[in-house]
Amino acid sequence: MATGTLQGPVRFAHPARMPRRGRLPLLAAVLLLLLSLVFPYWQVTLYAPQYPEGLRARVYLTHVGGDAQEITTLNHYIGMPGLDVAAPLERRLAVPLVLLSAAALLLLAARRLPARRWLQLLLRLPVVLLPAVVLADLAYWLWWMGHTIDPTAPITIEPFMPTILGRGGVMQFSTSATFGVGFFLALAASVLSLYDFARGRARG
Amino acid sequence: MKVRTQGVTVVLALALILALALIVRQGTSTGQSLPRDLQELVQARKLTPDQVRAALQTYVPPGQYDEYLMFSSGGQSGQVLVYGLPSMRLLRVIGVFAPEPWQGYGFSKETRQVLGEGETPEEALTWGDTHHPAISETNGEYDGQFLFINDKANARMAVVDLRDFATKQIVKNPNAASNHGAVVSPNTEYVLEATQYAAPFPFGYQPVTQESYNARFRGLATFWKFDRGRGRIDPAASFQIELPPYWQDLADFGKLESDGWVLMNSFNTERAIGGTLQKQPPMEIGASARDMDYLHIINWKKAAQLVAQGKGRVVNGMRVLPLQVAIDQGVLYFAPQPKSPHGNDVAPRGDYIVTAGKLDPNVTVYSFKKIQEAIKARAFSGKDPYGVPILAFDRVVAAQVKVGLGPLHTQFDDKGNAYTSIFLDSAVSKWTLGPPYKNAAEGWKLVDKISVQYNIGHLAAVMGDTVKPGGKYLVALNKWSVDQYRNIGPLFPQNLQLIDISGEKMKLLSNTPVGLAEPHLAQIIPMDRVKAWATYPQPGTNPLTMRPDPQAIKAGQARIVRRGNTVEVWMTAMRSHFTPDRIRVKKGDTVILHITNIERTKDAIHGFAIDRYNINLSLEPGKYETVTFRANKVGTFPFYCTEFCSALHLEMAGYLEVTP
Ligand SMILES: [Cu+2]
Repeated sequence: MATGTLQGPVRFAHPARMPRRGRLPLLAAVLLLLLSLVFPYWQVTLYAPQYPEGLRARVYLTHVGGDAQEITTLNHYIGMPGLDVAAPLERRLAVPLVLLSAAALLLLAARRLPARRWLQLLLRLPVVLLPAVVLADLAYWLWWMGHTIDPTAPITIEPFMPTILGRGGVMQFSTSATFGVGFFLALAASVLSLYDFARGRARG
Repeated sequence: MKVRTQGVTVVLALALILALALIVRQGTSTGQSLPRDLQELVQARKLTPDQVRAALQTYVPPGQYDEYLMFSSGGQSGQVLVYGLPSMRLLRVIGVFAPEPWQGYGFSKETRQVLGEGETPEEALTWGDTHHPAISETNGEYDGQFLFINDKANARMAVVDLRDFATKQIVKNPNAASNHGAVVSPNTEYVLEATQYAAPFPFGYQPVTQESYNARFRGLATFWKFDRGRGRIDPAASFQIELPPYWQDLADFGKLESDGWVLMNSFNTERAIGGTLQKQPPMEIGASARDMDYLHIINWKKAAQLVAQGKGRVVNGMRVLPLQVAIDQGVLYFAPQPKSPHGNDVAPRGDYIVTAGKLDPNVTVYSFKKIQEAIKARAFSGKDPYGVPILAFDRVVAAQVKVGLGPLHTQFDDKGNAYTSIFLDSAVSKWTLGPPYKNAAEGWKLVDKISVQYNIGHLAAVMGDTVKPGGKYLVALNKWSVDQYRNIGPLFPQNLQLIDISGEKMKLLSNTPVGLAEPHLAQIIPMDRVKAWATYPQPGTNPLTMRPDPQAIKAGQARIVRRGNTVEVWMTAMRSHFTPDRIRVKKGDTVILHITNIERTKDAIHGFAIDRYNINLSLEPGKYETVTFRANKVGTFPFYCTEFCSALHLEMAGYLEVTP
């Protein structure tokens, strides 16, 4: 009875033992991840007297929205690069990488893979790490922008590290930076993937 | 016992409520008394309580907006003035019939084309006499999309687009020498102008003798067809009605029950031709001899049909319905109108027509229903020398109301009242319309009169000539200011006066001097009905087509290309540089500059001027414009941004080299 042919069904019978909603965390993670593509991950608002409504840079995984053109225009006075030049590779690769990460989660949700721990972890890893990677990359590019100052610019400023979170200021502008909806969606996807992994382990 | 306790409770409760009410009243009344410093300020400035009230009513704190926009004719400036109400602050001057350098109007290729459309072949016209603004209407209400204004001096009509507040088209009347009025039909199918001064028809030379005047001079009612989709008047689809050589003056389109008809006043039905040196009476005497002139009653829908059926004859490219056809087909009737009428206004429901005789103390109110009945009954009191049937006066008049000396124009409010400007008395009279606006006992009565300073011409109430007047404010447009402002030389400003008409009594609120010309009519529209753009929504928008221009460029596409003797430059403007900033051409070259303001931020406006070449453009964010000129002056000419755009605005400059 304990033949090799029968071992297969036992292993693949795993979904049958788990109720359908057992896949929910992973499917939700996929949904949140894809949704995060259309929301900004981070945004900064610049206030100055002549901009009573403020100027917003909304950083999506794929582009910078909001008043990006106006901020780029203003940046040139202090010799700071435009918002359109930062992170060119990341922007181009964002959609394919997110889709691949999502596909990995779907593969897991299908429960047709060997329950090897390293494989379960590896396939989750991109989604789990995404928020941290985005944050690190954002920090790097902010640093790069603040330290790639054109010395011939009309207004001379010292290189500086723009504020990642909370209040800061440059020239007559005060700034206020926050995470955007996209970041929190990605964070939720990350937590859900981890939770699913932990649950899978607990079940043994 | 129980009942008694209840009674006591009720009494106690009532007493408590009364006491509370008293406390509250006391509280609010102490809250209303002015702080001491304000009382001192009022005393120091010697202000009366009414003046303080007026100041508070019209004060618009910094950063807050006015409630209404007023479009006022700019008179001899040839422009349109735009005010905010109740503050009466001047918000814009719109260039229309004269170059307006701030807007670059008349300098770019696009705006020169607009100005040029209205010029005579012989000579460029550099001024106009704007009289009557007309906001486009839908179902008889202002829709805030377009504004029309006439040039009385040169018989022109202009179209202003209220998305960017810029003039898009000027049409020249090919058969008229002057015009008066711009009024729109209830759905803006047509914009109407009357000729004002009769002229040889077709226009050309005819001697000014009585015989020649009677036979060869004519008046015209010109119906300009407006194509709302294109935002342009279509002269080919327009038409005129030939009229006797009286001086047709102001008109109003019928609405609701009188829709399809036009009412137009006329004067000089005496056909006086002056002749002061020939010992003949001057025009003013000759033209005021008769006690009655003629109200023109025109069935315009029928006229349009007849013209569509080919009953018009084409004169200078314009289809004209001959006078005889208009008479035979029942398109044109007259009604006697008291001495030297001016102003002709249809009541909100379209049922009454209010006319004023400048030399008569009454307004005369005609009933549209009675007019129709009289036409049907052929109740004529005679014919004019050209055969136009004249309706019997007493068969068409609904009422006459004595309002004062020299009544001119009438506007309406939302409560069934009419307001008439009284020139000789320097006043505005408020009087009641009859049924169905007021009951029979209350109707047709003078109820209030307020002095204005001085010699009022037109007046404008909030949407005061539409099917839904707004009440609230009225502006008196006064011709003389005399002592109202410290004189600064002998050319005195005109005086606009804002009047509160929300209550029983009219209250004068403020004076506003107009220091650039004599405005005539104005129209007042709620601010939120005008959907103006803050920037051109699509990058590289050509202000004539209102669409992106194929020659507009993006950042990084700037270039200079020479083709034979033509040098073409594609240039971008953004804070704080032009690209390119150096242009070299040879003397005699034709230079074409395509300039795109690639900014997207509101108020990031640039100008573009070249020294000695008489060029100045205004480039609002997203706008594309062309300037074309012959490089006929050798030299190295700076060009620069004329609109202070940024901290490095002065640096926004470059050089045009014109080599020998
Ligand atoms: Cu500039």
